[in-house]
Amino acid sequence: MVRQGIGDRIFDVVVHILLAVIGLFALIPILAVVSASITPYSEVLKHGGIVLFPSKFTLEAYGQLWNYPRMLDAFKVTVYITVIGTLLNLLLTSLMAYPLSRLYLPGRKIIMSILIITMYFYPGIIPRYWIVKTTGLINSMWAMIVPSLISTFNLMILVSYMQTLPNELFESARIDGAGEFRILWEIALPLTKPAIMVVGLLFAVGQWNSYLQPLFYVPNRDLWPLQPVIREILRATDALEPDPTLTVPTVTMQMATIVFSSVPILLVYPFIQRHFTKGLLLGAIKG
Amino acid sequence: METMSVDEMAQARRTIAHRPSTLKRVAVALVRHRALYLMLLPGAIWYIVYNYMPLYGLSIAFKDFKVGFGISGSEWATPLLAHFQRLFASPRFPIVIRNTVLISLYRIFFGTLASLFIALLLNETKHYWYRRIVQTLNFAPFFLSWVVVYGVFLSLFSQQTGFVSRWVRELGGTMPSLLQSTDHFRTVLIGSSVWKSAGYGAVIYLAAMSGLDPGLYEAARVDGANRLQLIWHITLPGIRGMIVLLLILNIGSLLMAGFEQIFVFYNVRVYEVADIIDTWIYRMGLERMDFTISTAMGLFQAVIGALMMVGANALAKHWGEGSSLW
Repeated sequence: MVRQGIGDRIFDVVVHILLAVIGLFALIPILAVVSASITPYSEVLKHGGIVLFPSKFTLEAYGQLWNYPRMLDAFKVTVYITVIGTLLNLLLTSLMAYPLSRLYLPGRKIIMSILIITMYFYPGIIPRYWIVKTTGLINSMWAMIVPSLISTFNLMILVSYMQTLPNELFESARIDGAGEFRILWEIALPLTKPAIMVVGLLFAVGQWNSYLQPLFYVPNRDLWPLQPVIREILRATDALEPDPTLTVPTVTMQMATIVFSSVPILLVYPFIQRHFTKGLLLGAIKG
Repeated sequence: METMSVDEMAQARRTIAHRPSTLKRVAVALVRHRALYLMLLPGAIWYIVYNYMPLYGLSIAFKDFKVGFGISGSEWATPLLAHFQRLFASPRFPIVIRNTVLISLYRIFFGTLASLFIALLLNETKHYWYRRIVQTLNFAPFFLSWVVVYGVFLSLFSQQTGFVSRWVRELGGTMPSLLQSTDHFRTVLIGSSVWKSAGYGAVIYLAAMSGLDPGLYEAARVDGANRLQLIWHITLPGIRGMIVLLLILNIGSLLMAGFEQIFVFYNVRVYEVADIIDTWIYRMGLERMDFTISTAMGLFQAVIGALMMVGANALAKHWGEGSSLW
């Protein structure tokens, strides 16, 4: 070990101070939102703005949230499109990934290139809208699930992961008379669990946060999930586009909706973080 | 020297004559691997419907599209490129392209810088728990939606109630309306984007750093290098390949300037600096129902974008030490 000089010690101190600053840079805005949501609105007015450590505490804003029209329905829609969407996504993605990971499959290369081209060439908003309309999904829950059902990037992560499973693993099962579907279900999928966790959680987060899809494909606001509804609540105080039918929500209530909609994400965050680095690197190295 | 017997020659002739045709080979493969192809089927149908059929929708750009007539029922435009002429002649076109490219470039530049800075710092601390806390905090905003990030922004900078605005007022200043100012709007975009994604971007640099040979550092220490010199002469050159690779790939998607974020944040007062290709297509197409010009713009974006991606990937293969996207 090389002896630490005085310069190195100063360096260490500076590094740790800067890291603390970076940590606070991420933390303080979140703290401001949470604090605002539990501060009585009168306190916010008194201080002329949000305070980080409020002296009084109330859950009134969450009560308002509960009674806000559409909020609970929007929550249900979000849960629905997240759960159904993720299950369908995992089903289709793993059904595709397994055959594509078998290098001996005739035509594999052609199929792979046909899929990868879609990552390079995005046909655009209007043709997408046209196909969603043509397939009759406009104004339905499915419009928020089906058009983005498979992520080619995630599929490629899964394919490259399954490629590492040697064929011999499956051979003995084949000799015992197991069909490919059983092999996928009983051997391949359990061995691919870490990658499936990453892919599934990423997709679920994307569904939970889905904002543009409902906005494009679901003009009927009664079917909207949380994100567009929250956007409207946040915009309601914006003088540019006031909606006269709604009572103006207070800033405390706005912040409560933010917390409310993010709690589920923060609950799965520890799982995501644990698996994520692995998955990210898997995708980055090579497909 | 060996010669074929008559029998062997007949056998060989038969084999050549019976070499199965392509069609037959496909049929045999389909039957033998039917289970595997069956697994591919649902996904394949999805890909055809939602990724390849929209290509037909692109023909709207070349037609005098009338909603009631459908795509096939609408006449071809005369001249065929009429809508492209309309697009390129539009005074909005150069503004929208400029905004798209500028916002993308700012995003790539400041995003890379911030991620790299965080990764370097995290790499320098030997206190595992400290590193873990900071990393957990920094990574978290990545999973929040843009709508939520917009709310977070308001909690800090809303003129009436924002946490930062209150401080500014108490210090005797006034907080400008950042979201409605053409001077500040892009800064808002890049700032909130760095807040959301810098921690995420740092992960991949950190992984590259952890793969560097510890022997290099020890040797440099023996030669009397200080910590800054280690970063400058070993860490940064060590991950140069990764930095270049990610930069190139980001440049490849230059025409994707962050649709969702801008759509959540912008308003009519900042169109001048914030309107990008995607937001313009949305407003022209789905709001004003001018499907032809917006599809033309979409096709322009798709073609240039695909060329840039292909180019970027080729460059990445060339420079990025053999690694590419796929």
